Parts: sequence; C-alpha cells; structure tokens
Amino acid sequence: MIDLELMALLLAPLTGGLLLAAFGSRSWAAELNSAMSFCTLIAAVVLTIRVIDSGPQVAFSEEFFIDQFNVFLVALTAFVAFTTSLFSRPYMRIEQHHGKLTIPMLHLYYSMYQLFTLAMLVALTSNNMGIIWVAMEAATLTTVLLVSLYRTPSSIEAAWKYFILCGVGIALALFGTILLYFAAERVLGEGGTALLWTHLNQVKAGLEPTVLKLAFVFLLVGYGTKIGLVPLHSWLPDAHAEGPTPVSAVLSGLLLNVALCAVMRSKVLVDGALGSTASRHFAGNLMMGFGLLSVVVAALFLSRQKDIKRMFAYSSIEHMGLVTFAFGMGGPVATFAAMLHMTVHSLTKSAIFFAVGHAVQKAGTQQMENIRGMMQISPTVGWGLMLGTLAILGMPPFGVFASEFLIITTAMHDYPWTTPILLIALGIAFAAIFGKVQPMVFGETTARRLPHQPALIPVFAHLLLVLILGLYMPRYLADWYRQAAALLGG
Amino acid sequence: MTMPYSIQIINLLASLLLLIAFAMLSQRRILSLINLFAWQGLVLSLSTFVVAYSTGQHHLYYSAALTLLLKVLVLPWLLHRLMRKLNVRWDVETLINIPATMLVGIGLVIFSFNLAAPISQLSESITRGLIGIALASVLLSMLMMLTRRKAIPQVVGFLAMENGLFFAATSATHGMPMVVELGIALDVLVATFIFGIFFFQIRETFDSLDISNMEKLKDD
Repeated sequence: MIDLELMALLLAPLTGGLLLAAFGSRSWAAELNSAMSFCTLIAAVVLTIRVIDSGPQVAFSEEFFIDQFNVFLVALTAFVAFTTSLFSRPYMRIEQHHGKLTIPMLHLYYSMYQLFTLAMLVALTSNNMGIIWVAMEAATLTTVLLVSLYRTPSSIEAAWKYFILCGVGIALALFGTILLYFAAERVLGEGGTALLWTHLNQVKAGLEPTVLKLAFVFLLVGYGTKIGLVPLHSWLPDAHAEGPTPVSAVLSGLLLNVALCAVMRSKVLVDGALGSTASRHFAGNLMMGFGLLSVVVAALFLSRQKDIKRMFAYSSIEHMGLVTFAFGMGGPVATFAAMLHMTVHSLTKSAIFFAVGHAVQKAGTQQMENIRGMMQISPTVGWGLMLGTLAILGMPPFGVFASEFLIITTAMHDYPWTTPILLIALGIAFAAIFGKVQPMVFGETTARRLPHQPALIPVFAHLLLVLILGLYMPRYLADWYRQAAALLGG
Repeated sequence: MTMPYSIQIINLLASLLLLIAFAMLSQRRILSLINLFAWQGLVLSLSTFVVAYSTGQHHLYYSAALTLLLKVLVLPWLLHRLMRKLNVRWDVETLINIPATMLVGIGLVIFSFNLAAPISQLSESITRGLIGIALASVLLSMLMMLTRRKAIPQVVGFLAMENGLFFAATSATHGMPMVVELGIALDVLVATFIFGIFFFQIRETFDSLDISNMEKLKDD
C-alpha cells in the first residue's frame, strides 16, 4: 500500500514537470503549476497519515524508506512548495509585466520548479545513500538555471558560483558516500544492499570507525556546502539575492533542510559506529562547531547588508547554523527543538520572502535604503514583512521563540560555554535586522502600485501556522516529533 | 612475493591517472586539456575493465563501457563542439606560477596518501591503496579549478574530479550499485549540458569566457 502512496507523491511532480515542459508557455501554466503542487501536497498528507499510523516502512524493494523523521520534511516540503506556487503566480506575472521575464523564461521556470520538487522529495525519501546524492545533485541542476533566470550579469555570476561551489561540495559528499560504501561492503557484502540506509542502520555498530569518521567529514563538508554552513556558504547569499523570489523562498525554506536531512542520516550511522569508542561525540562535535561558527559569522555579516534578499539569506545561514548546532548537541530535547526550528524557519522564511518579493516589486529595487514606508502603500505587505521579521527574530509568541528557547536552554545545561556566544549572536542579528526592516515598513513612501493583485494569503497562512506552533503544539504533533527525535538517536 | 598481473596493471593505470591529473594542472591550451581529459577517461575505463575481469563482477563491465562511452566519446565531443561554436578553439590561458602550483599539487598527494593510509590497511580487496590515489586526483582537479580563470578549464576540472571519484568507486571498492552509477552518469551528462548553456550566457553577457570578469557580487 505504501508503494502506491509514495508513487503518487513522486509521480505528481514528475507529471507536473513533463506537462509544464510541454505547456509551460500557455497562459494557464501558472494555474497548472499550482494544481500539480496541490496534488503533491495531497499525496504527502496521505503518506504522512499512513506513516504516523503504522510507523516506518520501506517501499519499492527497499529503495525508499519513510519514517517519522523524513515524512515530516516531506509534508513540510510539499506544503511550502504548494504555497510558493500560489505566490509565484501573481509574482511572476508582475515580473513579466515589468519586462523582466519573457514567456520562454517562465516556461523554463514552471517545468524546473516541478522537477526541483521531485528531486527534493526523492532525496528525502530514498533509502539508498547513493541515490540521495544523485537527487541532491539533481536539485542543484534544476535550480541553477533558475538562479540565472533574469540573465543579468550578476545573476549569471551568482548561478555560476552556485554551480561550481555546490558541484565541488557535492563531489566531496560523493567521496564520503564511496567511503561509506567501502566500510559497508566489508560487513554487508557486495551488491545493492550495502548502500541502503535501513541495512546500514542495522549493522552500524560493526562498521569500521576510522573509515566512518573520515566518511562523515566528507559528507558533512559536502552536504554542508548545500546547507550553507560557514565557511562553505559563499554561494548562498548570491544565489538567494539574484534569483527570482519564489526560487529564493524554496531554496532557503526547503533545499537547506533536505541537505541537512542527508547529514542527519549519515550522523546516525557514524554515531552507531563510534558508539563504543572514545570519540563517541565526534559527529556531534563537528556539527556543533560548524553550526556555532555559522551562527556567529552570519550574525556579524547581517548588519553589513544593503540588499534585502541578501540580508535574509544571511539570516537563513544563521538559522541553519542553529539547527545544525542543535542536532549536534543531540539528546531528545535538542533534536526535538532542531526539528521544530526547521519547521518554523521554513514557514517563516518563505513567508518573509513572499512579502519581500512584493515589497521589492513595489519599490522597484532590492536596496534597503530605497524601500520605504510599505505600510502606507500596502498595509498587507507591510504587516507581512513586519510580522515575519518579528517571527524570524524569535519574538514570542511565534514558534521560532519556542524552538530557540529550547535550543538555548539545552545548550545552557549541556554546553554552558556556548550560551553567551549564541545569545550575543542572536542579539546582534536582532539589532541588525530589526533596525533595517523598521524604516522599510513605516515612514514615507515612494512605492508604486502593482499591475496584478499580490498574493499575500500564503504569507499570513505561514505566519499563522508559526504563531499556532508557538502558542500551542497539538499533542499528536509533539508525539510525532518526539518519535522522530528518538529515531535520530536522541 | 609477486603480485598477480591484474593488480600490477591496475596500479600502473592508477599512476597514469594521477600523472594525467598533474599534466592537466599545467596544460595551458584548452584543446589539449580536453584531450587529456579524454585520455584520463580511457585510463579509467581500462582500469574498471581490469577490475571487472579480475574479480568477475559482471556489472563492472557495464560501468567500463559506460565510462568509455560517456567520458571518452560523448563529453569530449560535446566540449569540442562547444569550443567550435564559441570560436575559442585555439585559446591559450596564461597560468601564473606553474612550479608553485605543482608543489602544492605534490603536497596534496602526500596529504591524500596520509589520510588514506589507515583505510588502505583495512582493505582486503585486490586494489587496496588506491583510495589515496583517487583522493589525490580529486584534490588535484579541485586545485585546477581554483587556479583557472576561464570557464571551460573550470568545467574540465569539474569533470576530471568526477573521474577521480569514479575511480574510487570502481577500483577501491568494487563498484557502486548499478542504479547509483547510472544516476551519477546522468547527473554528469546533464551538468555538462547546463555548463554548455552557461558558456553562451556568460559570453553573451561578459563578452568573454573569462571568469575573472565576474566580481560584482562581493560582501563589503
């Protein structure tokens, strides 16, 4: 049965990609894009209910594996992909109206958007560490032409940088995968099963610790490039700032999570292999180090940004650093908090990018000093931006506050020396972002009216969810996250 | 103790692979660079074939054939075609300080061998010790990407890096599962096509394939 649901989940974006490759230049392509994303969402919901009911399962001769951990990312991915497709419909039409995009560009955008969703879903659900790598690379390939969609010199530069850096990074991850296979082959024998995560998970205690350690370093550095961990992050602000805003929203809200999921799969194996040795926390310590460095460096860079999308890209680095740090600490509470933070960050950051997208269209520039008084011309965009900013900065009662609070209290308990560093970094980030967003929202305006009605329902839908997660977490959701945390060895 | 011929051949091919990686590092002419890449692909294909023969793993024959087709024929042909279309067939790149680059390269080889030493001791397979060479050629290709300022040599470096990885996958282990290898091959092929599209976009926008023209995006 699970085969059927999984097939629906993967076939929906695949069909969407093919249909839009054929009909992407028609006037109803945007509606088709949303419809296919909606089908994916339905399939994801059905799959999620099934997995929560009956636990982890394998499908298609064990090539796919769904448990509580990845199904939560599947649901999140499908949801944000759907709302982003709703947002992109008017957004891309306005861009076309402003003469920045042509029909062939939109054609490319729609079909690649669906294929990108497919690549992410395959990377999330695959049980084969090799296929996870292939799908991660495919996710880069489908988005690289979207980053350079506007064909401006800076967008082409950003896309080239994205391509080359992520290409090199992901090559290192492949080397890590090969080392993992090398270790697994000795235990599981040659052939297909030695890369299957479920099999590896069963024999992880018997995997050679030295090889696994080296493999994890390569996997973390490789997939870490994708997550945007400092010092491997330099592609991320460029790609987010220069690509079309819907692409920034899905890159920031979804792709980074998917890469992190691959790292967590590897971490479970390494932790198992090193369980009885002195360097038990090797993987966790590495992740904590990278995470902490990312939080600090991103916070310092925030105040120097002039471009609004660049600034929020740095904020993504900061939050992914925080999640990586929390996963690195391990233990049930930190892992739970990390997953909650992944959820609320995805929802909030994509909502912010939606609001930013329309604000930029109204102001006609991405330079923050020229965006002024959004509240005056369009209260919805203004409020969306303001509330989104407050949410991402960890203001109560939004969900980001809850997850950051959990992460910091755990850090205080387990690794007290990290607490002041985290708090100072979060403080700097707060001052930098709030100080810049405030005049953009309030004050006198020079903005113009838009030719199409902007889509702001997704913004407020996301923010509402984040608010609900902050105020009250439903029991089944908490149970679900707790089970997922337990699967990660928390 | 005498080693079986197959191991001697694989070791020979491995050293050829590394040698070609060094040759690429110092090659100025882009056309010769692509030819070197094709030679590297041939060496890779041969070594995969020998591993397949000596271990009796049938799926490695397919890998060897796939490598031959993709890395010796299709990709170099695509690159040649691109160069003709872009009219950069006789381009020569000025490389700064080749001896220094070479020294860094030697350093990388020593580093890789040290890193791989504990792993090589574990391996009982006939091809132990090759992980070091594979890692070295991956890092050398990466170094090549860093030192180049033009788009096409960077891409050749990218593809050569994939060669090193493939060598690790087939010779150090006995080949990844076929479905993974096919996926990787597909990714590489699509990546080359997209790189091709990019060459045109870059040339159209910057009037040359020189990446050093791109320096607008910086954090100040």
